[in-house]
Amino acid sequence: MDALLRTTGVDKYFGGLAAVSAFNIDVHAGEIVGLIGPNGAGKTTSFNLITGVYTPTSGRIQFEGKDIAGMKPHAITRLGVARTFQNIRLFKEMSVLDNILVAEHMRMGTNLLEATLRLPSYMRKERHVHERARALLDEVGLSAHEQASATSLPYGKQRRLEIARALATEPKLLFLDEPAAGMNPQESVELMNFILKIRDQFKLTIVLIEHHMQVVMGVCKRMYVLDYGVTIAQGTPEEIQNNPAVIEAYLGVG
Amino acid sequence: MNPGLINTGKKLPMSRNQMLTFAAACIGLALLFVFDATFDSFTMQIFKLCAINIILALSLNLINGFTGLFSLGHAGFMAVGAYTCAILTMSPEQKEVNYVLQPIVPWLAHVQLPFLPGLLIGGFLAGFIGWLLGVISLRLRDDYLAIATLGFSEIIRVLLTNAQTVTNGALGLKGLPRFTTMWWAWGSAILITVFLVFLIKSSYGRAFKSIRDNEIAAESMGVDVFGMKVLSFTISSFLAGIAGGLLAHYLTTIDPKQFIFLKTFDILLIVVLGGVGSITGSVIAAIAVTISMEALRFLDGPLNLGFVATTGIPGLRMVFFSALLMVVVIYRQQGLMGKAEFSWDALARIGLLPRRGPKSGKGGR
Amino acid sequence: MDFQTFLQQFVNALSLGSLYALIAIGYTMVYGILRLINFAHGDIFMVGGYLAFYGVSTFLMPWWLAVIVAIALTTIFGVGLERVAYRPLRDSPRISIMISAIGASFLLENLAIVLFDARPKAFHVPEFFATNFILGGVHIASVSLVIPVVTAVILAVLLWVVHSTRVGMAMRAVSTDIEAARLMAIDVDRIVSITFAIGSALAAIGGIMYALKYPRLEPLMGIMPGLKCFIAAVIGGIGSIGGAVLGGLLLGIIELMTVAFLPELTGYKDAFAFVLLIVVLLVKPTGLLGKNQGEKV
Ligand SMILES: Nc1ncnc2c1ncn2[C@@H]1O[C@H](COP(=O)(O)OP(=O)(O)OP(=O)(O)O)[C@@H](O)[C@H]1O
Ligand SMILES: [Mg+2]
Repeated sequence: MDALLRTTGVDKYFGGLAAVSAFNIDVHAGEIVGLIGPNGAGKTTSFNLITGVYTPTSGRIQFEGKDIAGMKPHAITRLGVARTFQNIRLFKEMSVLDNILVAEHMRMGTNLLEATLRLPSYMRKERHVHERARALLDEVGLSAHEQASATSLPYGKQRRLEIARALATEPKLLFLDEPAAGMNPQESVELMNFILKIRDQFKLTIVLIEHHMQVVMGVCKRMYVLDYGVTIAQGTPEEIQNNPAVIEAYLGVG
Repeated sequence: MNPGLINTGKKLPMSRNQMLTFAAACIGLALLFVFDATFDSFTMQIFKLCAINIILALSLNLINGFTGLFSLGHAGFMAVGAYTCAILTMSPEQKEVNYVLQPIVPWLAHVQLPFLPGLLIGGFLAGFIGWLLGVISLRLRDDYLAIATLGFSEIIRVLLTNAQTVTNGALGLKGLPRFTTMWWAWGSAILITVFLVFLIKSSYGRAFKSIRDNEIAAESMGVDVFGMKVLSFTISSFLAGIAGGLLAHYLTTIDPKQFIFLKTFDILLIVVLGGVGSITGSVIAAIAVTISMEALRFLDGPLNLGFVATTGIPGLRMVFFSALLMVVVIYRQQGLMGKAEFSWDALARIGLLPRRGPKSGKGGR
Repeated sequence: MDFQTFLQQFVNALSLGSLYALIAIGYTMVYGILRLINFAHGDIFMVGGYLAFYGVSTFLMPWWLAVIVAIALTTIFGVGLERVAYRPLRDSPRISIMISAIGASFLLENLAIVLFDARPKAFHVPEFFATNFILGGVHIASVSLVIPVVTAVILAVLLWVVHSTRVGMAMRAVSTDIEAARLMAIDVDRIVSITFAIGSALAAIGGIMYALKYPRLEPLMGIMPGLKCFIAAVIGGIGSIGGAVLGGLLLGIIELMTVAFLPELTGYKDAFAFVLLIVVLLVKPTGLLGKNQGEKV
C-alpha cells in the first residue's frame, strides 16, 4: 500500500545549522508513529517542515502522493493535515468554543456578503458548525467550559483543547508535539487512551513527538529516532529500546 | 438593528434581548429626530463629528484591535476618500474658482456626481489602494508594518500635494457643499457599526481574531492568514475612505496638511482609550473624546483657578489628551472596555437589568 | 551641471546625511536593546535645540556652555522618559509600548507648544559656525564641515564603547537576548538607561546642529527629521550602528542630490525617505546591514 505521508531526503538548514538532514519517513493510514530524540534533535522542526511552517532547504514531502513541500500551512491543513504545538498556541483572547470554530472557517464555504448580511444560508451554516464544535467539545470533555476564555483552562485541558481544535479541521493525518508534556503519570495514561480513542473514532493517522517513553511505547507501533537532525534508528518499540545508537544518543545528552 | 441569533440554540419567537434591542433602536431613532430638530448649529457640528469619529475609530480598530496588525496609515486612506468625494461632487463652477494656479485636468472638470456615488467611489478607491498596499506590505510584522503603513500615508499626502491639476495641491479645496447632514453622518455611523458587529461575530471575525491571538496557530487551523489580513486591511481602508468623504463635506474645506500622519494618532487615541479590540469601546470613546475635545476648549483660553490666573495657553487641551493617553497605556492598557462588548446579558450580570430566563445569546447593539 | 555644482551639492548632502546618521544611531541603539521604535526620539531632539536656545538667550551663557548644559539636561530627560513611559511596559505586548512612545511624542510636542510657544524662534548661530569659506570654488558654511566631523568622532567613540568596553558587551548581550542577559546577572535596567542616555545625548547634539544649520526652532521641528532618521536606521538595518550611519548618509545624499539633479521632483522630497523605506523593506526586510531574526515555532 502507498504511504499516506512520505518524506524523501528532507534537509533544513538554519544558517549553518543542519536542524534536520536526510529526513525520510513513511507513514501509513491508520498508524500511530512516534518521533523521539534528545532536546534539539530536530523533531519539532520536522513537524514544521511537513505542516508548511518552514520550507525545506531541499527534499520532497508527499501527502497522499501530492507534493506539499513549500506549500502554505493553511493550504496543507486544507488537504487534511493538522497539528498541535509544543508550546501551546491557543487563541488566548477567544472563548473555548470560538477556538474550535476558527478551525471550521475554511470548510464553511461562506463569503463576506452572506456572512455580514446574516443571510439564512449563512445562519444555517453557522448553526451547523456550532453543533459540530459543541459535539467535539463534548467528545473531549470540555463542554462545561464552552464560554470560558481558552487560557483560563488548566494546563491539561488546554492541551485537550488544542487537540480538539486540530480535530475540527477534519484531518486525516494528525501531528502531536509532546502532548504529554507536564502531565503526571495518571494523566499520561488518560492521554494515551484518549489518543487511541480519537484515532479510531476519527479514522486518524497520528505522528507523535513525546519524551514520556511510557506514552510512546504504549501507543506507537513504530517509531523514528532523531539526533542532531539525523535519523539514527527506526523500528518497533522493542527494537528501539535495544538499539545501542539510541541508548548512546540519550546517554550522551545526559 | 438586528439582535444576535448566533448563540441561540433554539429559535424563540422573540427573546427578551431582541425586544430590548428593538426598543433601544426605537428610542435611538427618536432621539436622533429630537436632536435634529433641537440642536443649535454649534452643537450639531460636534454631534456630527462624533459620528465621523466613530467610523474612523471602528475602522482603525478593525485592523489594529481585531486583526492585530499595527497599522498607522489611516490618514492616507481618509485623504483618498475625502479628495475623491470632494472632486467628484464639486460643481464645474466651483472647480474654476478653486483651481487658480493650474486648471483641473479636463476629464474631471465637468464631472459632478451626487453625494452618495461620490462617497462610495471615494470609499472604493481608498479600499482599492488599501488592498494594493496591503498586498505589498502585509508580509511585514509589528513595528515594520507600522512604519511602512505610516510611510504609505505620507506618500499619499505628498502625492496629493503635488498633483496640482487633480487635487489643487497645497491650496486645498474650498467651498465643498455641506452634504454631511446629521442623517448622513449618523446613518453611516450606525450602518457601519452594525456591519462591523456582524462582521466580528461572523466566521470572518473569528478568523481575524485568531490571527491577532496567534498567527501561526491560525495558519495551522486552515485560516488563509495573508488573505484575511488583506481583507481586513481593505475593509478598514474602505471605511476610512467613507469617513474621509463625510469629513470633507462636513468641514467643507480640505487640504493635504490635514491628513498628515498625526491625524492617525488622533484616531489611535480614541481606539486605545475605548479598548483595542472592542467595538463598544470605540463607539463610546469616539463620542466622549469628541465632546471633551470641545468641552475642554476652555483650557486653551484664559483660566482663573482662584489662586492662579493665566491669559490663555493654547495647546493645554492637547497636553491633557496626550497625558491621558499615556496614563491609560501605562496604568490601564485595556482602556475603557478591554475586549469586552456591550450586551444585554452583560448588563444583567452587573445588575443593571433584571436577570431572567436561561442564557439566550448575546444582544446586538 | 558642472563639477563644481556637483561638489557643492555633495558637501551639503554629506553634512545633512551625517546629521541624519547621528540621530539614526540613537534610534538604532534603543531599538536594538528594547525592540521599540522610540517615536519620541525626534521630540527629544527638539528639546535639545530649545534648551540650548534658552541657555544662550535667557540664561546668557556662552554658547559652548549652553550646548554642554543642553546636552546634559536632555540626557537626563531621555533617561527619565524611559523610566516613566517605557519601563512599566517592558513586559507588555509590543504594541502597548509603541503606543506609549506615540503618546510620549504627542505629549512632548504639545507640552512644547505650551511651554515654548508655537511661534518659531530664531536660533542664535555663533560666529564660528556661521563663517563661510570657499574651498576649490565651493562655498562651505563651517557648520557643514563641523557636522560630519562631529559625527565621525562620535561614531568612533561609540564603536569603541560597544565593542571594547564591559558596558558595550552588556549592551550587546541585552540586545541579543534580554532574558539570557538577565540570567547572566547583567543589570538590564542599568544598560537600558545607559542606552537611553547615549541616544538622548546624540539626539540633543543632533538637535543643536540641526538648529545651527537651519536656525529656526519650532515645537514640531522634531517630527519629520525624527521620522526620517528612524527610516534611515531601518534602511541601514535596525540594531546596527554602522547601518544607521550608512542609512543616514544614503538618505541625505539621495534627498539632496535628487533635488539638485531633478529639480522637478522637489515637491516630492519628503516622500523619498518613505519610498526608499518601503523598497528596502520589501527587498530586504532586515535592512542593508541587518541580521535576520525569525520566530521559532
Ligand atoms: N527558527 C529557527 N531558527 C534557527 N534555529 C532554529 C529554528 N528552529 C529550530 N532551530 C534549531 O534547530 C534545532 C532543532 O530544534 P527543534 O525545535 O526541532 O528540536 P526538538 O527536537 O523539537 O527539541 P525539543 O525536544 O527541545 O523540543 C535546534 O538546535 C534549534 O535551536
Ligand atoms: Mg520540539
